[in-house]
Amino acid sequence: MERIPILKMGHFLLVTIQVDLYDQLAENLESDLINTISKHNSKGVLIDISAVSIIDSFMGRILGNIAVMSKIMDAQTVVVGMQPAVAITLVELGLSLNGVISALNVERGMDLLRSKMHNSDNEEQLYDDDNQ
Amino acid sequence: MQNNFLGKLQENENKLLEIWSQLLLESGSGDGAVEEEESKEFASLFLRALATSNGNYENSNESEKVEDLIVGISSSRGKRGFSPRENAQYLITFKVAASRILSEVVADSKELYDANLKLNAILDNMMILTFEAFMRGREDIISRQVDEISEISTPVIAVWDGIVALPIIGTLDSSRTQIVMENLLQQIVDTGSSIAILDISGVPAVDSLVAQHLIKTVSATRLMGAECIISGIRPEIAQTVVHLGIDLTGIITKATLASALQTAFEMLQLTVVKKK
Repeated sequence: MERIPILKMGHFLLVTIQVDLYDQLAENLESDLINTISKHNSKGVLIDISAVSIIDSFMGRILGNIAVMSKIMDAQTVVVGMQPAVAITLVELGLSLNGVISALNVERGMDLLRSKMHNSDNEEQLYDDDNQ
Repeated sequence: MQNNFLGKLQENENKLLEIWSQLLLESGSGDGAVEEEESKEFASLFLRALATSNGNYENSNESEKVEDLIVGISSSRGKRGFSPRENAQYLITFKVAASRILSEVVADSKELYDANLKLNAILDNMMILTFEAFMRGREDIISRQVDEISEISTPVIAVWDGIVALPIIGTLDSSRTQIVMENLLQQIVDTGSSIAILDISGVPAVDSLVAQHLIKTVSATRLMGAECIISGIRPEIAQTVVHLGIDLTGIITKATLASALQTAFEMLQLTVVKKK
């Protein structure tokens, strides 16, 4: 069965979606990703959707779900490289993916994840609590 | 055979033209030289078509040429600023002139009636065509202007490395929001900017729909991974937004473009210092 590869890069997981997602593939990705997070105790997930030209409401919901699930598992999700048309479609569908942090490209997304890690490390030292 | 009579009009072309231009002048729908050239061309083509078509004018090849010509004349008259009334008068006066000639050349009243009826049908059809062409001419102008307005009204300005600004002037409706959003997002991708400033000081009023559009634009920008600041909020706008109960708390809003730029600098950890 076709699967989206999930690459481990240190504390982070890198998912590059190169094909247009169909429902089954997206659901598989969701469970695979959550399992991998738990396996490697990852702190961040970077999903590159720059090659995705169509996102429907189901896919939008899956992305939102992944973000929320990862958050519960103490991993921050960053979606990078969303195309303008996709962003407009998602907004028109009423899905503003509130739990998801976006970045313009992979490089910025990595920077963002690193800074989040850095911040949460500091906060953990200060408050031993990381809700943000 | 009424076509004989309609064909006879050609023999009286000069007389017809004379009466016609007289009538046009009286109705105040003429404008001199160009008019006469056009009218002469139209009259001679039309009358020749009538004469050669053997009573079967509607289906003849000539009729298409005549229609093309009159449509061209009509739209050029529209562009020259004639009113719809004056444009209609152009053919009405032709009809009157032709009827007068007919009544002179046709003696029998039954035949005259038939010939007139035929002439009326042909010219009425032409009038509808000209009216359509006239409207189309006007609509072309309007749609071109709409295009121009929407093009010039949504420029995306690169203010700084990583900061783009988009001043919105005029009311935001759905179609404009779409253009604004597309332009802005595309520009964010092209320039790799991380901050977009949406300046609404040129928006006359903000109602719940406009606010909805603004929120959508901000959400889309965030989905792209850039931050969006709305600037140029005037006191009236702040009042209406609060009275309408629109929640803008999740959005960074600033009173002026300057303060939005200041905020953007802070977000990018830039400082502006005075040169010693």
